[in-house]
Amino acid sequence: MKRYQELPIGGVIPGGATPHLVQTGGWRSGKKPLFNEKLCVNCLLCWAHCPEATIMVERLQMRGFNYDHCKGCGICSQVCPTGAIIMVEETKNEPTPSAAKASEEVCV
Amino acid sequence: MPNTKELARREEMHQRFTGAHALCAGCGAPICVRTILNAIEEPVVVVNATGCLEVATTRYPTTAWNVPWIHVAFENAAAVASGIETAYRVLRRRGKISREIRFVAFGGDGGTYDIGLQALSGALERGHRFIYVCYDNEAYMNTGNQRSGATPFAAQTSTAPVGERSFGKPQRRKDLTEIAAAHHIPYVAQASISDWYDLARKARQAAAVDGPAFLNVLSTCPRGWGYPTDQAVKIARLAVETCYWPLYEVIEGRWYLNYIPEEKLPITEWLRPQKRFAHLFEPQNRELLHQIQQQVDEAWEKLLRKCERYEAL
Amino acid sequence: MRVATEQQLSLLTGAEAAAHAMRQINPDVVPVYPITPQTPIIETFAQFVADGLCDTEIINVESEHSAMSAAVGASCAGARVMTATSSQGLALMLEIVYIAAAMRCPIVIAIGSRALSGPINIHCDHSDSMMARDAGCVQLFAENAQEAYDLMIIAQRLAEDHRVLVPVMVMQDGFTITHSAEPVALLPDEVVKDFVGEYEPLYPLLDVDHPTTQGPFVLPDYYFELKRQQVDALDAARTVWLELQERFAEISGRRYQGFFEAYKLSDAEYVLVVLSSTAGTAKVTIDRLRRKGIKVGLVKPWVFRPFPAQEIAQALAGKRAVAVLDRAISLGSWGPLYLEISAALGRYLPKKPALYNYIYGLGGRDTPPELLASVVTDMQNEVDPTVLRYLGLRE
Repeated sequence: MKRYQELPIGGVIPGGATPHLVQTGGWRSGKKPLFNEKLCVNCLLCWAHCPEATIMVERLQMRGFNYDHCKGCGICSQVCPTGAIIMVEETKNEPTPSAAKASEEVCV
Repeated sequence: MPNTKELARREEMHQRFTGAHALCAGCGAPICVRTILNAIEEPVVVVNATGCLEVATTRYPTTAWNVPWIHVAFENAAAVASGIETAYRVLRRRGKISREIRFVAFGGDGGTYDIGLQALSGALERGHRFIYVCYDNEAYMNTGNQRSGATPFAAQTSTAPVGERSFGKPQRRKDLTEIAAAHHIPYVAQASISDWYDLARKARQAAAVDGPAFLNVLSTCPRGWGYPTDQAVKIARLAVETCYWPLYEVIEGRWYLNYIPEEKLPITEWLRPQKRFAHLFEPQNRELLHQIQQQVDEAWEKLLRKCERYEAL
Repeated sequence: MRVATEQQLSLLTGAEAAAHAMRQINPDVVPVYPITPQTPIIETFAQFVADGLCDTEIINVESEHSAMSAAVGASCAGARVMTATSSQGLALMLEIVYIAAAMRCPIVIAIGSRALSGPINIHCDHSDSMMARDAGCVQLFAENAQEAYDLMIIAQRLAEDHRVLVPVMVMQDGFTITHSAEPVALLPDEVVKDFVGEYEPLYPLLDVDHPTTQGPFVLPDYYFELKRQQVDALDAARTVWLELQERFAEISGRRYQGFFEAYKLSDAEYVLVVLSSTAGTAKVTIDRLRRKGIKVGLVKPWVFRPFPAQEIAQALAGKRAVAVLDRAISLGSWGPLYLEISAALGRYLPKKPALYNYIYGLGGRDTPPELLASVVTDMQNEVDPTVLRYLGLRE
């Protein structure tokens, strides 16, 4: 860890947000969101309501979830008007790729 | 008027507020923050009072913020914002800055209704061009759910707890939105994380006025209020549908109601899903439920009479 | 040495002198809140602004706490900031003063030294500035209106040096100096402007293209290191203060030699150490005693924080006795200036002069030359140094 002379003065954190330093994906206790591309209408309501800003939107298309930061709260599944998002069981052993494009998984 | 596409585009480009924070799963505050920051078109500088939002988003050396952000203390977000806004005007006047910048101060109900009230009042009275956003989760949540001036009547908190001789908070909550309106500022609004578009529109409106703007945003707290994390938006919506938390605006001193529910739900609908009100459903507390319904009804009637017209969402 | 610039001599109170310094510095933002006896500083300055003699933006805040909060906001935004307060106002803003120092805001704070309540008293003593001595600011004490003016100008330049970047408090005695008129030599406007230069902030919030997070939440793994940085800031203030003396002497002809004024010190056997206006009374007393053949001298520190321990210890080495006069008391212990000097002597001198502490002038109690002379008599009589004494107290 840095010595006092190596830190910027005044407690300033320069350079903007540090998402790579924060891995709150580990907070999820059992459930993670998945979405069904076929049911999704790109209303972006899930994007609008995610407290962690984990809904990845590219060129106005819903692309998936950033599992590095998703805490599994489930709000997205509740606000989705078409039922395209469901919360599924997640085991610790399951390799959830970070920033995964989960659209390949079709929800049952 | 803002829409999801425009805001999504802005976030894709600027990512003003990221998920790099330790707010609880399902917290309403970041929903409020993201909506507001993505709705404002100009660059923003954020001032944050001590509280959940500040502590959880800036654990040194990490930060969730991609905008200039400052925290100084608990009770002075509005005073700090006054200083920044004044510096901005002077430096612009002296030719050192040319950009349009908007200033947004975020404070919880603790840091706004109570300890921050003086600084807020002073800043509003002086007419600084900034937006003060209170994310109201109805208690001092960061320190573990202690009662604040915003805690509703009969709610359970750790410093006015339910017990053998107590039904929770004996006092009614303050109406801070009305207090802000009494400062004769150009724009005051009450909003909720449940009504996303309404909040985004109000943020845009607040950024456009040439003077102070105050937004009071109901911001759910799964831990303090006691409900499953995925119910945040639903619970906030119930506050609106029961007329407990009306959505309205005060524009240049004229009151406009933004939403009248087709069917005004009984207040029990709002109270029932939250553990902090669970004791009210015991038989001996029936009278309290009547009292609460009466309080909501009276406040709603008063608001209806005050509002000039109904300005639809 | 170059001939100092043409200076206009005016009859000014200390408050007016400070306000002139502020006018000439022409900061960006000055939050103001009234409190006796500093109010004439902000009133005079507000009139200058109203008459267009400078174009600072004044914020009429609703409390001193908000004054310092707005000052920190403006400073972190990237602006040059000054403010003024006293006593209860300083007490109220103290929470934020610590934070201003930690956030490295180079704010100049003019203090009209006034007693802290209770009981409520509007007159002079040093309890207010002493209360703030641990906050991490540079603390400078002015003896008279001229020094108040000079130190305000030096303070701005000192604060904004990138090696320092902490608030600087400039104390002038309430009423005695703030409200008494004396001849003050004012430097020309351009000379002051040139001396203070431009403020170049390191992390201005208004630079929206380079966002920073300021005032984050820090846990035990980093707090200690961040506080340690502030130690370096105050150490650097010593160096920068000494550098600035040269420059200031060149433009004004007035030299603030070292960290304290030494008056008839070199051959003195007995020394008085005192801050601010009572030093003036001390000089008169010393002159009278010298005519009687008693070798008395004076040490009058300008810089209290960072405390010039080694320099004062060296100056007092070999003296027979030293009496430290404190216009404040650290209740439960002795006078703050005495405590600093006692520690300094202990640290640097294997052989120490006898050291005495006198508490004087609390709540504006007048301290005439006769009282100061009695202190010298005490030293000559080798009174017990383990007893804390009070000057002018009815006991």
